[in-house]
Amino acid sequence: MNAQLAAARLGVRRGWIELRQMMTNAHDMALVTISAAVFVGVMLFSRTASVPGTGFSLGTTMLASVLGMNIGFNGLASLAGVLAVEREDGTLLRAKAIPHGMIGYLIGKIVTTSGVILISVASTLITGLFLFRGLAVGHAGAWLTLIWVLALGLAATLPIGAILGSLFPSARSAGLLTLVIGGLVAISGIFYPITHLPHWLQWIGQAFPLYWLGLGMRSALLPANLASVEIGHSWRHPATFGVLAGWTAVGLMLAPVVLRRMARRESGSTVAARREKALLRA
Amino acid sequence: MSVLNLSAVLSSRALWATGPSPDVPAADVVIDVRDLRMRYGRTDVLHGISFTAHRGEVLAVLGPNGAGKTTTIEILEGFRMRSAGQVSVLGVDPAHGGEAWRARLGVVLQSWRDHAKWQVRELLAHLGSYYAPYSEPGRRRPWDVDELIAAVGLTEHARTKVRRLSGGQRRRLDVAIGIVGRPELLFLDEPTAGFDPEARRDFHDLVHRLADQEEATIVLTTHDLDEAERLADRILILAGGQIIADGSADELSRRMSTQAEVRWSRDGQRFVHPADEPTRFVRDLFRQYGESIEDLEVRRASLEDTYMALVRQSESGADGDAPARAFSVVAG
Repeated sequence: MNAQLAAARLGVRRGWIELRQMMTNAHDMALVTISAAVFVGVMLFSRTASVPGTGFSLGTTMLASVLGMNIGFNGLASLAGVLAVEREDGTLLRAKAIPHGMIGYLIGKIVTTSGVILISVASTLITGLFLFRGLAVGHAGAWLTLIWVLALGLAATLPIGAILGSLFPSARSAGLLTLVIGGLVAISGIFYPITHLPHWLQWIGQAFPLYWLGLGMRSALLPANLASVEIGHSWRHPATFGVLAGWTAVGLMLAPVVLRRMARRESGSTVAARREKALLRA
Repeated sequence: MSVLNLSAVLSSRALWATGPSPDVPAADVVIDVRDLRMRYGRTDVLHGISFTAHRGEVLAVLGPNGAGKTTTIEILEGFRMRSAGQVSVLGVDPAHGGEAWRARLGVVLQSWRDHAKWQVRELLAHLGSYYAPYSEPGRRRPWDVDELIAAVGLTEHARTKVRRLSGGQRRRLDVAIGIVGRPELLFLDEPTAGFDPEARRDFHDLVHRLADQEEATIVLTTHDLDEAERLADRILILAGGQIIADGSADELSRRMSTQAEVRWSRDGQRFVHPADEPTRFVRDLFRQYGESIEDLEVRRASLEDTYMALVRQSESGADGDAPARAFSVVAG
């Protein structure tokens, strides 16, 4: 038990080290900055457009939604991608070969990914506060909502991301996941109100955490009267909580089983076989 | 450690390491494999192999590709489930080895591009700290990180990022990661592939140090017969999922009934003649020609000759068990 706790603590350390490596790596930082700049650019373009049925800036609404998307996208696609890549290159096998290494590895990944999410949410929000008008952040309720949506969002997406990462057979196929989640973003009301989509697409969108993360962030940061353009003319906090908690429960239930199954299969020869395959493609 | 010293250590150990002699205490048996079988679908990869390894012993596993070497090692490492047979590694069945058992093992993995952004020292310190709760009296875990870096010759690169290491330096790092927990049993899969001669020599010294000073048992697979001969107290040859030979390099070449080669010159002419019984042949030679024999050489079959002969014999399948019967310790 003691060793397990020690490994968990080492995992947090590992997460910090890798987060620091990322922050001091020019290539990684350039990628983060460019993708953030693209989103801010899109919002700026829509700054003067208004949300249909209101006089409120579409760009400002988008800003709030994109914060939700940051959580969902990183928690699902980035974590899954990293797991698939690091299974392929043998990082995971190294973790498996040391005592309680898998605990340390997974906690490390969760810490790093959470750190990336926090940084991207904070930097987008701070940029937005300077560039956009109308964000209703002057009261404590806004920050409280932001914090619980963020926390529950991490809990709902990270375990699912880890599961997805273990299921994909290679890093390349995990790349497909980015496309799928990109498609999901399109029907989750991030860049345009979901109410303008056909009903059946609205239902699909509402089945996944992305829509609710966007909704939750809008409820935190936008004036109360904007709830009128949402489904049911409400911020639907109980439903947001329910859906995200549901995904959290499913993720936490399945993740240990799936991850253990994945870890069991790792050995020197499976990594060598993958390496050979990857080198053949390259 | 000088080369002379090494060979003395080697030969002295080889004397008692040739098989489970009755005076080896049971506690010294680190690996005990009995009738190990592995089947994938309908293909049998291992047909019931048995062997043991003792504390401080260096065991080389040789064999052509597809002979079952990697499968055997991965079963011992606890990374692969077996189909049948009994396996005990450090007194534990690897299929149910817990983390405390894992802490006593070292596995040298072939890195590719993992941990690219980590610095050498940072990575070794981090991975080593997982072993700290498993220190034992007389075996403090993990290895002191700077000492370890020095031992594998990476002191100059302690602050280098892993991705900036050369292929050979990366392999040294692989070895360091494998031994950071001061293992009682170390597995090495083709450890010196891609090493230059100097790195290979350093690595051999390190293996001897681990076996002698740390009393670590070392199991390595290799295609380099020279390396096996130099490093191993005992050599296992696997072919077609069976152990076709088990013994010291010396024993293998002596007991294999390959012929010796006798070379000499007489009146300025060179002669080469194979001989089943070289001693008698040379005696006859002298009886016949006396003083005119010069430059006499008798060459025993090298390990490579022995290996090739054994593998060919097993692959031809004419009588697969024959070579195994020739040695003291055989499968089954």
